[in-house]
Parts: sequence; structure tokens; C-alpha cells
Amino acid sequence: MNPVLLKLIVLIGILLVVLTLASGLIWLERRLLALWQDRYGPNRVGPFGLLQVLADMIKIFFKEDWIPPFVDKWVFVIAPSIIMITVLLTFAVIPFTPTIQIADTNIALLFFLGMSSLGVYSVVLAGWASNNKYALLGGIRAASQMLSYEVFMGISMMGTVMLAGTFSLRGIVEAQRHMWFVVPQFLGFVLFFIAGIAETRRLPFDLPEAESELVAGFHSEYSGMKFGMFFVGEYLGVILISVLMSVLFFGGWLGPVLPPIVWIVLKTMFFICFFILLRAAMPRPRFDQLMSWGWKWMLPLSLANLAVTGAIVLAMRR
Amino acid sequence: MEALFYIAAIVAVLATVLMLTRLNPVHALLYLTVSLLAVALVFYTLGAPFMAALEVIIYAGAIMVLFVFVVMLLNLGAHTVETERNWVTPGMFTGPAILAAILVGEVSYLLARSGSLTPPAAQIEPHQVAMSLYGPYLIGVELASILLLAALVGAYHVGSRRAQGRTGGSGSDRARVASGGDLVRTGADRPSGAA
Repeated sequence: MNPVLLKLIVLIGILLVVLTLASGLIWLERRLLALWQDRYGPNRVGPFGLLQVLADMIKIFFKEDWIPPFVDKWVFVIAPSIIMITVLLTFAVIPFTPTIQIADTNIALLFFLGMSSLGVYSVVLAGWASNNKYALLGGIRAASQMLSYEVFMGISMMGTVMLAGTFSLRGIVEAQRHMWFVVPQFLGFVLFFIAGIAETRRLPFDLPEAESELVAGFHSEYSGMKFGMFFVGEYLGVILISVLMSVLFFGGWLGPVLPPIVWIVLKTMFFICFFILLRAAMPRPRFDQLMSWGWKWMLPLSLANLAVTGAIVLAMRR
Repeated sequence: MEALFYIAAIVAVLATVLMLTRLNPVHALLYLTVSLLAVALVFYTLGAPFMAALEVIIYAGAIMVLFVFVVMLLNLGAHTVETERNWVTPGMFTGPAILAAILVGEVSYLLARSGSLTPPAAQIEPHQVAMSLYGPYLIGVELASILLLAALVGAYHVGSRRAQGRTGGSGSDRARVASGGDLVRTGADRPSGAA
């Protein structure tokens, strides 16, 4: 088959699957939360309430897409699209299986870091452009939270990079044939997980949009499909972090008996469910607590992890 | 690759010009970010993917976000645009324009003499960058780290002197009362440690 055509099919396939999964997660999250809180959740529309998502989508498309008169119009419009673009671009470097990957570059991991740091703009600009005190507070919180947690997110991944000897995600998966990196890099995994929650602004780290104190934080002024983009962008972020965790620490597509695609989907779904369980189980910390954990615990721990891993790798090479 | 290079270069120049002429500080910063992203693409087309990634992560992703953050804290609104309109006059650009024209002249002379831009022989992989940084250029790395350490200690010193006035949460509440409950001010003294 024509390689360009094949690449195009893979690209469109990944896009469709990821977007469908992201909107499907809305249903999954509501059902799972309900399960853990002893209630039913949405179960009326279609089998198991699955069509609830479709109904919500139709509703959100028909809502008035209002731009308040006091906002900075262009920035207000651009902000929600930034998060969608940066997260979707990152999926280009993810190796789902040996054959399903859009681009295998030698800087894949750095590309992910770059895109996730650009994603901050979405939230910050939304908060600023809304010209609303609560939105601005949400934006400021988002900027400081995501900048701080990004620092050790990058460092926590470097342990796996050192063990694999490459930034290429495919290379990292291949290096886990004998042992998943979660074993030698357990600390790195925990740190990456915490940073991942903070980067996707999920509970317990959803302070930028803490609804009990900031109305809805940075997206207070958004409605219709622009709000929908923030919403779907958040779920896309959850999928991305879950896929990355299975690729970096749990051997990606590697696994016995079942085909590679099943393994990566199983691992990813496990982490997505864990994200949702966290939301059901954890309270939200205070903002100053969040910042001091980040800088006083996570950063030193990730630096120590980096130094120890480096020393061991160096000693093994000798 | 060469066409991509020229497109990215044109975007970089245009974005920088627009950045200079914007009156609203946040819009100017956004154009500067676009310019930095374009420069990252230029690096990539020149065969330096590692530099491109670092340009995005450090300049576009961290430093510019901090700039936007500061502008947000200062709460520069419509009145800034007015001030800027009075300050930024076409005459202001004469000096920079002359200096930039000299540079353009030099570049065109160099291009004319060497014929054309020579495309890169090969991509520089992250591994090679690391080997040269920790090999022949080790002294540069060490000097940069000394400078960063000095900056860090300085920032800590300045930050800790400001924090002496208050004790814990109740102190910051008092500071809020003293500042008239101004939201932006109280936000300003919190994340200074983060920045």
C-alpha cells in the first residue's frame, strides 16, 4: 500500500479514536463516580446511558457561543483551541503499537514536554482575556501550578531516559523487553504521576477551576463549544498522560499472548480509571500547600532520583 | 527543508515586527512567543532538533509564560494601551532601524559572497550535544551554573526579606487588609517563590 496513504489513515484513525474516547470518558467518569458514591449516574439515554454523551454534545453545539463584550476578543477565542492543538499534536509522537505511530523522532519526550509547557498558555490566556477577577485568579493559579510541576515532571522522566539511553519513545518501550521501568524507577513513576495530575489540572489539583471558591476559575466566562474545548482538552490530557505512563513505565505495547494494541489499551484504561478514582477519593489541598509540596518535596526527590539513577547507570557501564 | 526554513524565518521576522508595534503588552508577548516558536522551527530545519525542543520548552514554554504571568499580576489594562500610544512613536524606531539595516547589509554581503546557504550535513542528535557540552565546552556549562546559582541565591535573599514582615496565614490576611483588599496585590506576593 502507498506509504503516504497508510500514514494518513493512521493519522486520521488516531485522531478519531482519541477524540471519541475523550468524549466517551465523560460518560465513563460519571458512571464510575456514581458507582463509587453508591448511586446510578446517567443510565437513561440508550444502553447503560451511553448515548448521554451524544445528547450532551448536541446540546453543547446548539448553545449560544457567547463572547462577553468586556473580554479581549481575539485572545478569548484563541485560548481554548491552544489546549486542543498542543495535546493532539503530542499524540503524534506516541508509539501505540510497533506499527501505529505517526512520527518516531529522537526528541519525542522533549516534544511532549514542549507541547505540555505550551498548553499552559491556554489556561493562562483564558484567565487573562476573560477580564474577570475569578478567571484571572484561576489563570494565575494555573500558571504557577503548571510551571512548578512541569519542572520535576521533566526531571522525573529522565531516569527512564538514562536507562533506555534515548529520548525516542519507541526506543524506551523496546528497552523494557526484560523489565518494566516501573521496577527500577518506581519513585520516578510516582513523581511523574503526581506531576501528570497537576498538568492536566484534575482533582485533587484542580485549583485553577476550584468551583467552590472561584466560580469556575479560568473558564468562568466561556460557554458553548469554547467551553466544550476546555472540557474535551482536559480529557485528552488525561488520555495522554495515561498513555505516556504505560509507555514510559509499563512497557507500552509489550505483553504476552494478547496483540500489542490490546495491551496498550488495557494499560491506558487502567490509568484513566485510576485518575477518576482519585477524583472520587481525594480532597483538594490549599494552594500554598500545593506549591510547597511541589518545590520542597517533589523537586528534591526527583533530583535525588536522577542523581542515584545516573550513578547506578554509570557504575553498571564500567 | 529549505522552503520550510524560509517560511519559518519569514514568520519569525513578521511576528517580531508585530511584537514591537503592539500597544497591548499581552498581545506583544503572544507575538514574541510565535516568533520564538518560528525560531525553534528554524533550528529544526537547520538540523538541530535538540535545540529546537529546548527553544520551545525553555523560551516559549517557561520564560514567556513567566512574562505573561507578571503582566497578569500587574493587571495592565486599557490605560496601558493609552500610555503606550503616547510613548511609542515612529521616531522611536529610527535608532533600531539603522542598526538593524547595518546587520541586514552584513548578512546580504555574506550571502552574496558565499553564494547560498549551505544545507546542514546531518542532524545533530541529543547525544552529540551532550558529549560536546560535557567535553570541550565543560567550562561554559560550569560558568553558566555558577551564574544561575548566584541568581538563585539573590532571588532567595530578595524574597526572604519581603517575607519577614508577616508571619503565616494571618499575616498575609493583615497584608490584604492593609492593601485595601486588593485582589491583585495579594496574589502578587504569594507565588513569588514559584517564579
